[in-house]
Amino acid sequence: MSTFDNPFDPARRLRSGCPCGQHASAEEHDAAMQLACAAPQDEAKRYEGVVASAVMRAVFPKEIQRRAFLKSVGASAALGVLSQFFPIKMATEVFAQGAGKLEKTDLKVGFIPITCATPIIMADPLGFYQKQGLKVDVVKTAGWAVIRDKTINKEYDAAHMLAPMPIAISLGLGSTPIPYTVPAIENINGQGITLAMKHKDRRDPKDWKGFKLAVPFDYSMHNYLLRYYLAEHGIDPDTDIQIRSVPPPEMVANLRADNIDGFLAPDNICQRAIYDGVGFMHLLSKEIWDGHPCCSFAASREFITTSPNSFAALTRAIVDATAYASKPENRKSIAEAIAPAAYLNAPPVVLEQVLTGTYADGLGNIKVDPKRVEFDPFPWQSFAVWMMTQMQRWGQIKGDVDYKGVAEQIYLAADTGKVMKEMGLTPPASAYKSFQVMGKTFDPEKPKEYLASFKIKKAT
Amino acid sequence: MTFSLRFRAALLSLLILAAFLGVWHLATRGTGTAATMSPEYAKLMGLTATAGKSAMPGPLDVGAKLWEHLRNPFYDNGPNDKGLGIQLAYSIARVGIGYLLAVLVAIPLGFLIGMSPLMSRALDPFIQVLKPISPLAWMPLALYTIKDSGLSAIFVIFICAIWPMLLNTAFGVAAVRKEWINVARTLEVGHLRRAFTVILPAAAPTILTGMRISIGIAWLVIVAAEMLVGGTGIGYFVWNEWNNLSITNVIIAILMIGVVGMILDQILAQCTRLVTFPE
Repeated sequence: MSTFDNPFDPARRLRSGCPCGQHASAEEHDAAMQLACAAPQDEAKRYEGVVASAVMRAVFPKEIQRRAFLKSVGASAALGVLSQFFPIKMATEVFAQGAGKLEKTDLKVGFIPITCATPIIMADPLGFYQKQGLKVDVVKTAGWAVIRDKTINKEYDAAHMLAPMPIAISLGLGSTPIPYTVPAIENINGQGITLAMKHKDRRDPKDWKGFKLAVPFDYSMHNYLLRYYLAEHGIDPDTDIQIRSVPPPEMVANLRADNIDGFLAPDNICQRAIYDGVGFMHLLSKEIWDGHPCCSFAASREFITTSPNSFAALTRAIVDATAYASKPENRKSIAEAIAPAAYLNAPPVVLEQVLTGTYADGLGNIKVDPKRVEFDPFPWQSFAVWMMTQMQRWGQIKGDVDYKGVAEQIYLAADTGKVMKEMGLTPPASAYKSFQVMGKTFDPEKPKEYLASFKIKKAT
Repeated sequence: MTFSLRFRAALLSLLILAAFLGVWHLATRGTGTAATMSPEYAKLMGLTATAGKSAMPGPLDVGAKLWEHLRNPFYDNGPNDKGLGIQLAYSIARVGIGYLLAVLVAIPLGFLIGMSPLMSRALDPFIQVLKPISPLAWMPLALYTIKDSGLSAIFVIFICAIWPMLLNTAFGVAAVRKEWINVARTLEVGHLRRAFTVILPAAAPTILTGMRISIGIAWLVIVAAEMLVGGTGIGYFVWNEWNNLSITNVIIAILMIGVVGMILDQILAQCTRLVTFPE
């Protein structure tokens, strides 16, 4: 399954039956391509394997010779012989740090204290930045608009942003247009609709006319998913109900004060409302779109051009941390690492419920859903195309959009794929994939038709 | 049985405090009843939901937490978690810099306006328009143009601290008794000497009153500015704890802000007393 198959394996087939030549069959190839982030083994071992493979290939470029050599001496002996005249251990260290010299080693990365920022935050206490030779200050920031302004000001070298924000910034929606990029998606799923306790018997959205609901920001997946969900149930989000932009901590307080009826919010906020007994979980956002992106890791195009090696190292650290966070067995320790005041500043039991997916729903039940929040860094460009269709649908973008052109400028699938490959991970072959939102299939090749198919949208 | 006024006032203050704390304690004792739920479920929930504890902390909770903060006010756990003392020091430093810059601009300019009726009339419209602008309204503009959040916060302190000092200086200078200036004139005292030996001492109490109002405003503004900008300072501390919905820590911060504000005000009040003279 790995991009780097093992050249020390004498039984390795010389010609395989799939288009890229890495897999035994076409089916296996497809399965591997679907996996955006194949779970790595022990990090140090993985790097070592990658380096040893490269050396082995360099010494014996011809596969037939290589196989003969391995057969005669055995794989471990071959590795021993190789390390005699090539310092594999040192090469591994050099490789882990990246090839080019880092232009800048002291970086500042801004984040908003929600579980979506998990990879960015945990990379600090768990040493993922250090491993890339970077000294990163992760700075807690007061809100999405401030994080936007501080990255535009270059106070931050990179930042945690909502997945649609870099598109909005690049297109000049709500700010001056500045070319922004998304080298990695922070998390998928991990949001929820929380309602006030008094609505526990009004679970059908058709009865929600007149509700006041909150989302964290206009250019957010929260806003688009909530609007999508309501519109599918025949509620026009612009006329039938009120959607307000409210900072997450104020959502819980407003819910307690009975100012709002509910919210679609990032997690640990939903769970916090339940923990404090003011709301219940109506549904997880994964029930609207399983595998939807939420937050992103964003950097300006300028940072990439002025410090390409630092940028690559930073992306490696984030991809590495995301791969680590994607494993369920690590989630509990991650919750502990990011709970202190310096990071999320939240009760560990709340974070644990979010990250492990075993949670109280506020109505007296314990639910188990290990996919409540997932981590997969690959920036699918079809995600960006979908977001643009929704920006158009709700009148944030007027006129025509060059969907693919914009998506490819901002969602850096090719660069991230390269980084993933360097790290021995398997990036998908294409940056466009189809997915379903509430049972409706989205074809990234036909965004216009998709947009036209909605009954409820803003008349423009 | 006669006690001095001061003693009786102190006694009454203590009584009011005790009554306040008592009412607070009773009001937050936890009125709700404990909900019935399975123990596994209860483990996932907070005390407000399980034990019917009030969302508002009582005075004992606040006291205990305050003691915890005061015992170790200068710890530093990286960029987002510093002790209360360090946070206050950051805020005081920002207020100090912004305020000093304001003093450097406001007092000479106030002198000019007070001494020259022409300048006074020419600058008046600008002052009148700029004075009532809420300091926080400057914040987005400052962030956008200065492009540095730390400097922006200092700029906001500067811009809001300047007006009371400017107006009071101008008023104090303009209100110096004509006889004193005329005496100086008959003694053929030069312009500069007249300003420093006659006008400044005469106007000093009014100028210091302006400075006292300004420091109060500056301290009011820093909390809001730091909540917006984030990073460090007591305002950031309040935001961070609000983010955690920790009302206990928010109350502690409010208390601290009040105490520091009072100390700053008292320092300037003391200075005013030093320069005031009996007529």
